Amino acid sequence: MTTATGDPATGTTAGGPTAATDGAATGATGTAGDAPSGPVTGGHPGRRPRVPRGDRFGPRDVVGEALAGTGARPGRLLLTVLGTVLGIASVVVTLGLAQTAANRINEQFDAVAATQAVARPEQRTTWSGTQRAVGTLPWDAAERAERIAGVRAAATVSDVDLRGATVSAVPVNDPAAPPQTGPAVVATSPGLLAAVRGELSQGRFFDAGNDRRGDRVVVLGATAAERLGISRVDRQPAVFLGERAYQVIGILGDAQRRSDLLGSVLVPEGTARADLGLVAPGEVQMLLAVGAGPVLAEQLPTALDPGAPETIDVQAPARPAGVQQDVQADVNVVFLALGAVALLIGGVGIANVTLLSVMERTGEIGLRRALGARRRDVAAQFVLESAVVGALGGVIGAALGVAVVTGVSAVQDWTPILEMRLVAAAAVAGTLVGLLAGLYPALRAARVEPVAALRGGL
Amino acid sequence: MSVADLLSDDAGTPSGRWRPRRGARRGAVADPAPGAGTPAAPGPDTSPVLELRGVARWFPGAEPVHALHAADLSVAAGDYLSIVGPSGSGKSTLLNLLGLLDRPSAGEYLLDGTPTARAPEAVRTALRAGRIGFVFQAFHLLPHRTVLENVLLATLYSGVPRRERRRRATEALERVGLGHRTGFLPPLLSGGERQRVAVARAVVTVPGVLLADEPTGNLDSASTGHVLDLFDELHRDGLTLLVITHDADVAARAGRRVRIADGHLEEIA
Ligand SMILES: Nc1ncnc2c1ncn2[C@@H]1O[C@H](COP(=O)(O)OP(=O)(O)O)[C@@H](O)[C@H]1O
Ligand SMILES: [Mg+2]
Repeated sequence: MTTATGDPATGTTAGGPTAATDGAATGATGTAGDAPSGPVTGGHPGRRPRVPRGDRFGPRDVVGEALAGTGARPGRLLLTVLGTVLGIASVVVTLGLAQTAANRINEQFDAVAATQAVARPEQRTTWSGTQRAVGTLPWDAAERAERIAGVRAAATVSDVDLRGATVSAVPVNDPAAPPQTGPAVVATSPGLLAAVRGELSQGRFFDAGNDRRGDRVVVLGATAAERLGISRVDRQPAVFLGERAYQVIGILGDAQRRSDLLGSVLVPEGTARADLGLVAPGEVQMLLAVGAGPVLAEQLPTALDPGAPETIDVQAPARPAGVQQDVQADVNVVFLALGAVALLIGGVGIANVTLLSVMERTGEIGLRRALGARRRDVAAQFVLESAVVGALGGVIGAALGVAVVTGVSAVQDWTPILEMRLVAAAAVAGTLVGLLAGLYPALRAARVEPVAALRGGL
Repeated sequence: MSVADLLSDDAGTPSGRWRPRRGARRGAVADPAPGAGTPAAPGPDTSPVLELRGVARWFPGAEPVHALHAADLSVAAGDYLSIVGPSGSGKSTLLNLLGLLDRPSAGEYLLDGTPTARAPEAVRTALRAGRIGFVFQAFHLLPHRTVLENVLLATLYSGVPRRERRRRATEALERVGLGHRTGFLPPLLSGGERQRVAVARAVVTVPGVLLADEPTGNLDSASTGHVLDLFDELHRDGLTLLVITHDADVAARAGRRVRIADGHLEEIA
C-alpha cells in the first residue's frame, strides 16, 4: 500500500470503527440499516477511496464537462463563435474566390496572344485618303526575326492579289462564266506551321526546296479545300490559280494564330514571286517565348530594316505573361494575409471570452477543486471548452464560406472552384485557433486558489 | 514558475520533506479487503479521523493576521462536532485547513493518520476527493446544471466507477428527500432544497468526514430544521460531521461543541 497514490488508509485494520464508517457511507447512499460489515457500493468503502484510475475524470468526463460548459450560455456561445465563424468564413471566401478567379483568368488567359507577335511595314494614310505601306520587309524577314532571342519561330505571310483570276478545282474554260469569289491566296515561307501553331490534317507542307525552286504546289486551308471540293490529297488533286494548275500537297487543319488561313490557298513565297507577282512580304508572324515581347519590339525593326527602323511596325505583347502570374500570386498572398488577420481576431475573441468566463467562474473552479479536481483537470476543461468553440466556429465558418463562394459564383456565372481539402483544413484551423486561444485562460483557471474562489458564491 | 509547475498539483509544496507514513499505527497489515474479517484484528480502532497538532494559520502582510492560534483538536470516527464562534473568529480558516483547501502555517494535520501539512498537492487532492465532503453557506451549485448533474459532479473527481455514478447520485438525492427534483435547475429550488442538494453532493462519494461551513447561514428556520434533521440522520448512520456556525441553536444539535474566539479553540461540551 502506498500513501502516495492517494490512499489515506495507512495502517487501518479491518472491522471495528472502519466498518462503522462504512456504515455511514452506505447509509448516505440510501442503504441505511445494512449490516455494517462490508461495502455495499462498488467495494469502495469509506477508508479505502482507491478507485479505478480510468474512472477518475477521464477523457469522457473532460469532454462532457467542456460541452456542458460551452452549452450553458447559448447567447454568449453565439457571440464567441461569431468571431471564429467570420475569420474562417473570410479565409474560405478569399481562398475560394481566389481559386475561382484564378481559374477564370486561366480560362481567359490567351496563351496565343501572349506569345504572338507580328511585324508589318508601317501604313500611312496618304493625302488622297488611301493606305500605303511606308516601309518594305526583306524576303529573309523570317530568318532575321528568328535570330532575335525569344523568337521561337517566324514566317512571312503575304496576301496575293490574283488580279481578277479565280481559284478553282477545274480549269476555267468558259471565259464568259461569271467570276466567282474564290478563296484568297496567301504566300508564306516554309516555316509557317511553327510560327502560327498550325497543324496539317493531311499531306505535307511545302519545304524550303519547293520555295526556292518556285514549285507549283499549294496547301489548302480546310475550309478552302471543302469549298473547292477537295477532300483527299493522296490522289494528287490540283487547283487552278487562273489558268495554271498547282498540285495540292496538304490540307491545313488548324492555325491558331491566323485561323483566316483555313479559308485560303497557301502557296510558297518563291512560287508567288515567280508566278503571281508578289513584290514584298506582307508581314512576319512570330511565335515568342513568354516575356520576349518587349525585347522583340525594340530589336526587330532594326533587324528588318537597319536603315529605316521607324518604318517597321511591331505588335508584340507588351507585358509578359509572367508579370500577370506574379500579380495573381500577390493577390493570393494579400487574400491569405487578410484571412489570417481575421482568424487572429477570431482567436483573440475566443481568448477574451474564455478568460472572462474563467473569471466569472472562479467560484465553479474553486468548487471543482474542493470536490477533488486537480489543476490539470481544470486546465483541460477550459482548453477543451475553447477548442469546442473554435471547432464550432470552424465548421460553421467553412460552411458559410462555401455558401458565399457558391453564391457569388452563381451570380457572376462563374464555375465555383473550391478544394474540399481546404474547407476541411479551415474547420480544423478553427479548432486549432480555439485550442491556442484557450491555453492562457486555462492556465489562469488552473492557478485559481480554491480558498479564495470559494469565498464568493457561484 | 513554468507551465508544467503551474499545472502540477505539487506546485508550492514545501521541498520534499513530506514522507508518507507507512503502517505507523500498531504495525497494521495492508489488508486489501476491509470487512474480509481477519479475526486477528486488534480491538476497536480509537485513532482519530482528524487530528490537529498545534496547527496555526496566519496571513502575512503589512499587518499580519493571526487567524488561528496553535490549535489541538482530535475528532474520532462518528463524532458530530460543532464549532461555534462570532464572525471573524477564524471558523472558515479552520474549516479550509480541515478540508485541505489551505495549508497550516505551523503544526501538523493528520487525516486518517496521514500527515498532510507538507504532503504533495496530489496527495491532498486525492484525499479531498475521496475522504471529504463539503457543504457551504452559499450552496455552491452550478446554476446551469440540473440537480442530478450537480450531484454527479462530485463523482467525476472521486473516481466512482462510471456505471455506478448515476445510480449513486439518484440514491443520494432520494436520501435527502429530493428524488422528485433531479431534473430541476438549482435556481428553481428553495434555499433549503438547494442546501439538501449540496448535502447529497457531499455524501455521494461516501466521504469519511462531512465539513459544513455555516450550512444554515442562508436558510430560514424551517429549512434550517430540515437540514439539521438530515445531519442527525447521517450522524446516526455513522458519518463524521463537523459543522461550523455562529448560531448557538445549530451548535447545540452536535454531541461535541467547540468554541472559537479570536483564533483560539476551546472545547465546551
Ligand atoms: N486570505 C486572508 N488574508 C488575510 N486575512 C484573512 C484571510 N482570510 C481570513 N482572514 C482573516 O482571518 C480572520 C478569520 O477569518 P475567517 O476564518 O473567515 O472568520 P469566520 O469564518 O469565523 O467569520 C478574519 O479576521 C479575516 O479577516
Ligand atoms: Mg466564515
